[in-house]
Amino acid sequence: MDASQQQLVRGTITLKGSAAIVSDFFFHAVNSILYQRGIYPSDSFTQVKKYGLPILVCENDGVKKYLNQVLEQVSDWLSTGNLKQLVMVIASLSSSDPIERWVFNIETDKAVVESGVTREKPEKEIMGEIQAIIRQITASITFLPLLEERCSFDLLAYTTADAKVPEAWDASDERLLKNAQSVRLRSFSTKVHQVDTMVAYRHCDDDEDED
Amino acid sequence: MSGRGAERRMMDERASSPFLKRALTSPPIRKGTPQCDRFIPNRSAMNLDVARLNLMMETKENSSGGSLTGAMVASPCGKGEDYKKHLSENLLNENVVGEHTKILTFKSKAPPAAAVDMGFENAVLYSQNGFSTTKSRRSFRHIPQAPERILDAPDLLDDYYLNLLDWSGDNVVAVALGAVVYLWDAGTGTIEQLTQPLAADDYVTSVSWASDGRHIAVGLNSTNVQLWDATRLKMIRTMGGHSARVGSLAWNGHLLSSGGRDNSIINHDVRIREHLVSRFCAHEQEVCGLRWSPSGQQLASGGNDNMLYVWDASAVSSAQSNASRYLHRLDQHLAAVKALAWCPFQGNLLASGGGTADRCIKFWNTHTGVCLNSIDTHSQVCALQWSRHEKEILSSHGYSQNQLCLWKYPTMAKMAELTGHTARVLHLAQSPDGYSVVSGAADETLRFWKVFGAPESGKRASKPKGEASGVRCINNIREMGACRVLGPSHHDASFCANPSAPFLSEDHLSVAYLFNILWAVLDGANAIGRVARSREWECMAALERRARSKLALEKTFRKGYGIITGEVGD
Repeated sequence: MDASQQQLVRGTITLKGSAAIVSDFFFHAVNSILYQRGIYPSDSFTQVKKYGLPILVCENDGVKKYLNQVLEQVSDWLSTGNLKQLVMVIASLSSSDPIERWVFNIETDKAVVESGVTREKPEKEIMGEIQAIIRQITASITFLPLLEERCSFDLLAYTTADAKVPEAWDASDERLLKNAQSVRLRSFSTKVHQVDTMVAYRHCDDDEDED
Repeated sequence: MSGRGAERRMMDERASSPFLKRALTSPPIRKGTPQCDRFIPNRSAMNLDVARLNLMMETKENSSGGSLTGAMVASPCGKGEDYKKHLSENLLNENVVGEHTKILTFKSKAPPAAAVDMGFENAVLYSQNGFSTTKSRRSFRHIPQAPERILDAPDLLDDYYLNLLDWSGDNVVAVALGAVVYLWDAGTGTIEQLTQPLAADDYVTSVSWASDGRHIAVGLNSTNVQLWDATRLKMIRTMGGHSARVGSLAWNGHLLSSGGRDNSIINHDVRIREHLVSRFCAHEQEVCGLRWSPSGQQLASGGNDNMLYVWDASAVSSAQSNASRYLHRLDQHLAAVKALAWCPFQGNLLASGGGTADRCIKFWNTHTGVCLNSIDTHSQVCALQWSRHEKEILSSHGYSQNQLCLWKYPTMAKMAELTGHTARVLHLAQSPDGYSVVSGAADETLRFWKVFGAPESGKRASKPKGEASGVRCINNIREMGACRVLGPSHHDASFCANPSAPFLSEDHLSVAYLFNILWAVLDGANAIGRVARSREWECMAALERRARSKLALEKTFRKGYGIITGEVGD
């Protein structure tokens, strides 16, 4: 992380540095979503300063351990250019029915993966873009429906066919939502990876017919 | 050639037939909904053969074809879904899942949130402004882990079945050490000897203050119950009736109930000459626990026969014949029931604790006799005290931790565990303001714990007024010579020498106390030394145990020694 920060100051982004930035973003975005959607009680979160914003990070030991393990592998995949999407599924605890899906779409610049060239992009710009996304996640609660029941979350990784799958990972189905409304949020790019964010949530019953 | 041409023409004709044309060029719409937008055909991505096949059959597995149609076929819902998915893919740039993508999830999942904490969390969240977290009323108060003070109580008998400690409404602690009862005024810190020495074999077996705070009942091994006036230090009367030692006492206004080793409970009216009003005979072994409810309507008695009886107040004054008619006979405990406590905030709720073989705290509804709850505490329960300010209950235990446990009621979550005693904690008594508790243990110490919170005003009722009393105490001890008395002076000496010593915080109080004894030993002061020397090894061991590190111990030792000998100034 230190090396990547140094690189950020200079504006040069390597593959590893970009992978670190992206998985860092994922960690904070997932924690923000956990807080905003109330998956865990709000007093189990502590504030950290990141991207110029106070972001709430979950202090629950089990959650921390899970996120660290997942994001370590995600970081690996990012640096080999194998990760296509990271999806956070919020499902009802009792029925395991998916209620919400947060989709982070990742496009990797193939040239960087293959030849190891670096890209130039000032750090401020990247941080600004990420800040905007986090702000949007917070703002999304204005249109997302209230989660009435207790929920759990799960992270799905969409990788290319040739990605290395370690022992601890299992195959899964997509866990799509029926009757979903999608909203596309902003995206950010490190020139090596481009990350788009999107949220799909279950439609409210009192809305009239969809288009 | 012509055949092929004819074929093609036929295909075109077929394609141009109205049915197919509509199917291929018009959007799949739901019946009844108005069509509000254009369908933009994407012929390059469409597979006509497949489309036709789809129209004929319900479902079909697609083996070949591009990823787009694969997606269209694979979607489980109706035609509306296909269109929507198609649209969203184009507009939202969703990454389409093809056959070359693996979907993976981590095997061990994150733990779900605890049920207790959830609830209307989300509603609270959405009405919040920004990132402020709600500080709910669930914030816990700080319960000091170290006792407020420790008093030396030599000769405190190690007998489970006796009740030798009580705290009066006038803030005086009465404790029976051997054959003598001492009164320690919590407000001033003075000690007084109440009873005169008894006959050789005799010793005090129970002590209980009356509700007026002036009279105190003392039960003896010689089967008598003495009634004393504590302000004048005079005995008022002696009441007999038992044929064995009187191990438990309980007051109800002017009525005094006494339980003895002769298995009977005698109710005395202390005002009249013929004091014996009635006798309850139901227990089959020594009656060790006896408590009247705060309302005075019910009497709970626990015995060594593992029985817990609840008696009604009306049975007290009834005739001898039906004096053994109890309200409830509760036999769920598997060991002697000594710990009894009536709940102050909920009428007819009784808590009882069992001995070594039982180790449970059980809660009873004494109207119906039903056991409401039972929890295993893994240790012999010697005494129970309810908190008057919060919904909490404190229990004292024996082997192996000799701890006091504070439980939240009714969840019975353990809020705190107070250790410090080195032998089983036999007695508990509560201060009149309800914030402090004194525990008497077989290690011959009395420890005061501020376990039930602190009064808002910040004033501590039990703090001695002024440090000068400490000096007086030392002088008293020196005069008495034999010094078999409580020794709060050991504490106060250090306070006295340097009342503003910053390092003598609560955590260090016990260290300072033990240290003082040690100092006295080194000093060789006669009176104090005699008591202290017998505890020398105990103190060293305790000091070492307490010190977090050898360095800290040394530092404390040196600084304390310096302060007390007057070398180090403020």
